[in-house]
Amino acid sequence: MSFSWAKPYEPKHPFMRWIDQRLPLPRLAYGAVGGGYPVPRNLNYWWNFGVAAGLFLTIQIVTGIVLAMHYTASADGAFNSVNQLIMRDVNAGWLLRYAHMNGASFFFIVVYIHIFRGLYYGSYKAPRELVWMLGLVIYLLMMATAFMGYVLPWGQMSYWGAQVITGFFSAFPIVGEPLRIWLLGGYAPDQAALSRFFSLHYLLPFVIAAVVILHIWALHIPGSGNPTGVDVKDEKDTLPFHPYFTAKDGWFTAAILLAYAIVTYFAPNYLGHADNYIPANPLATPAEIVPEWYFWPFYAILRSFTVDFILPAKLWGVLAMFSSILLLFFLPWIDKSPVRSGSYRPVFKRFFWLLVIDVIVLGWAGGGAPTPMRNVISQLAAAYYFLHFLVILPLVSAFETPLPLPKSISESVLHGETGEPAPAVVRPRRTKAATAVVE
Amino acid sequence: MATKAGSAEVSQTAGPTEGGVRRRDFLNVAAVSFAGVGAVVAIAPLLVQMAPSADVLALSTTEVDISKVQPGQGIKVSWRKQPVFVRNLMPKEIAEANAVPLSALRDPETLAQRTKPGKENWLITLGVCTHLGCVPLGISEGENRGPYGGYFCPCHGSQYDTAARIRAGPAPKNLFVPDYEFNTPTTVTIGAKGK
Amino acid sequence: MRFILGFIGAVFAGVLLISLISGVATYVSSPPAPLAAEEFHKPAKPLHLASDGPFGRFDERQLQRGFQVYSEVCSACHSLKLVSFRDLKGIGYNDAEIKKIASDWKTQVPSINPDTGEEATRKALPSDTFPPPFPNEVAARAANNNALPPDLSLITKAREGGAPYVYSILTGFQNQPAELLKKFPDAKTPPNLHYNPYFANLNIAMPPPLTTDGQVEYQDGTKPTVNQMATDVAAFLVWTAEPNLMERRQYGFAVVFFLLFATILAYLAKQQIWHETHEAEVVPTGPLDPENQAKTRRAKAKAGVAG
Repeated sequence: MSFSWAKPYEPKHPFMRWIDQRLPLPRLAYGAVGGGYPVPRNLNYWWNFGVAAGLFLTIQIVTGIVLAMHYTASADGAFNSVNQLIMRDVNAGWLLRYAHMNGASFFFIVVYIHIFRGLYYGSYKAPRELVWMLGLVIYLLMMATAFMGYVLPWGQMSYWGAQVITGFFSAFPIVGEPLRIWLLGGYAPDQAALSRFFSLHYLLPFVIAAVVILHIWALHIPGSGNPTGVDVKDEKDTLPFHPYFTAKDGWFTAAILLAYAIVTYFAPNYLGHADNYIPANPLATPAEIVPEWYFWPFYAILRSFTVDFILPAKLWGVLAMFSSILLLFFLPWIDKSPVRSGSYRPVFKRFFWLLVIDVIVLGWAGGGAPTPMRNVISQLAAAYYFLHFLVILPLVSAFETPLPLPKSISESVLHGETGEPAPAVVRPRRTKAATAVVE
Repeated sequence: MATKAGSAEVSQTAGPTEGGVRRRDFLNVAAVSFAGVGAVVAIAPLLVQMAPSADVLALSTTEVDISKVQPGQGIKVSWRKQPVFVRNLMPKEIAEANAVPLSALRDPETLAQRTKPGKENWLITLGVCTHLGCVPLGISEGENRGPYGGYFCPCHGSQYDTAARIRAGPAPKNLFVPDYEFNTPTTVTIGAKGK
Repeated sequence: MRFILGFIGAVFAGVLLISLISGVATYVSSPPAPLAAEEFHKPAKPLHLASDGPFGRFDERQLQRGFQVYSEVCSACHSLKLVSFRDLKGIGYNDAEIKKIASDWKTQVPSINPDTGEEATRKALPSDTFPPPFPNEVAARAANNNALPPDLSLITKAREGGAPYVYSILTGFQNQPAELLKKFPDAKTPPNLHYNPYFANLNIAMPPPLTTDGQVEYQDGTKPTVNQMATDVAAFLVWTAEPNLMERRQYGFAVVFFLLFATILAYLAKQQIWHETHEAEVVPTGPLDPENQAKTRRAKAKAGVAG
């Protein structure tokens, strides 16, 4: 951590000094989330969602470990172990299962808000490119974990979801089908697939936890970003993480837990699909195969390619779906505007909100049967998605005129050095962003 | 540095007074305690789920038909996934058991204490050696019953008498007598508390 | 590199455009034929049960009546494999009654003859799950014109529409309307199926199970009309799918109120801590920030001052 005014860790109690000399974990904690980590004072609530994501990772790991004490990973026994043993006979089993099911959904809700915060405020820009990319790695691991977890109850959607998603790989020429069979350990999802998905589903969250540590570590080198996108200049700009942001995160986390509790206790199956309460039947496909809601935008992109053009439509769909996430890795080099925050980039801001609407539309499109109207909307929305990141953003960042930035965070918070109210006459605003200087 | 207000909003706190400090601490203490209580309550389902589930508890009793067990014979049945020896003692064996003085026993118990009144010939014990848990021999025809004519554990040589009491070897206690009750003269429910 | 990425983006957009145009062209030139199912399928009828809503409670009497309908009518074909006899305690039966229901159950549990080891059956115990009417899927299909009667343990959670859907199916059997046959002459109900507009493809393999009033004689004297029996068995099936429903809601209220209180307390604590910063509330309001700039612009425009 590079802020010179960060309060150093000074253990007073002799026991704490003894520990500090041998294994300085309390010192590490103090410098990361304690009084020794200065944070920009102007963070808004969009900055609370990282901690919320960590909370849900913890909830998932804890509920998952106890559920694994009762789950049977066999094609014959899995459905009953979940819907008979856990839901009916295990003490508090129903609560643990519903908590784990809805915890996954809330984990994604919180992470999506966290990602969109990053997109709006330019959190992916230098020097935080690795924070961004590690975050994308976490997201990919989350998707793999969630997919495999959904297969475990071995309901109809579990089975057919596994069939469809492993089917993606057969879209690739030559290596595709052997790859699919290797992944499944067979010709269709069966015992081999179920056992390995259980093993990996148990493993990956711990890999996610490790990457989260790297993600936070990478962030703590430059320190947190802030809504103005202007770097921290001196002590006036920051507040220590504890107690200011522990308190702020504390109350907001309680509010999110409240929403989570309402869903888990009063509408636990709302975000799910009824067909997963039917035991898996390899010989009968459900009326519509849809993944869980957090995959719907990608499902829409996948399905929107309906026509062969040089490559088969299925392959286009798979390539586009993977590209839609992979292109995010390039974002720091696609959007080269030196202004970070969307608050000071009026053109960018409008396209950002268009993107939000676009992703919501894609989500709606992916959640239902592919009727002709839905197909048209998917295709337009998917086209906009790719154009937004790969064509519009580079153009906007090259040609837009951003608003002038405040000189510092505290200046944007305080009143300006003379203490006067805002003058009636204002200098012309058409200055280049990088040289925004106001007398 | 702090400056005058202006168009910015400033809270007009006069700084923490004595009362202010107490109020501030109280609120913080209250909030943190609530979080603590919440955390403890949240741990409860995690601990409770490890207790035996309803299906395991439902199998806590087993009904056994003893109509075919002749005097001098015994059967091995499963109760709570453990072996139980149900033996129909011969009068000779009952006399042998009653003749042993309590002072000679490592774990003093009379045969009457280990059977139901009026049904002294029925000896129902867990088939688990009280030393380290092996299943002793002697319940089935032809098995080694040891020098005391009861049960013999081949693992470390514990020897039980006709009342399944420990007489020699490393086991500390007699074979455990579970709760059981006679529903009819020919059926026993093991695991049920008798009247 | 940006050019390559831009090109890729343009390519995806282009292929999507081709798909779009092709799709629209196909739709316009040969619009998809309307399906009988789309036009004549009806959404589930409304059903109001005592257990509806966050404050709802199971009506034990109704659940027992529903169980009676299941035992006497539905269990001939439909299994209830995830429910144990001992679970019936949750709808108000005591241990002795449960023991009798289990041992009297018309299907026995597979076991082995203790003397010969041959396959045999034994009477059910309270710790057993309800023995299915057919030993396996092949037998079930053989007895039902190759249709498989689904297990009912989770049926109200396994169908969009839940209990109202189950109720609608049970009470929705009718003759195929003439209008349908006129519009879709090929959609005549095949001989082994039965017309039911609440079923997704309109023709269900199950014959109407509740045909006459009084099919079941209720012990509590309630009049056993078809409607009543269908409602009761739907309520029973809500219970089989979620026996812990009441417990879940009770804990839910406790947890939600606790968290509400905790959130408010935590918020007040946060405000308390933040007010101690003798600085302005954290809102960007310096002269350079967009809000103030906008304000100034508006003031200027009003005053007619040139910029």
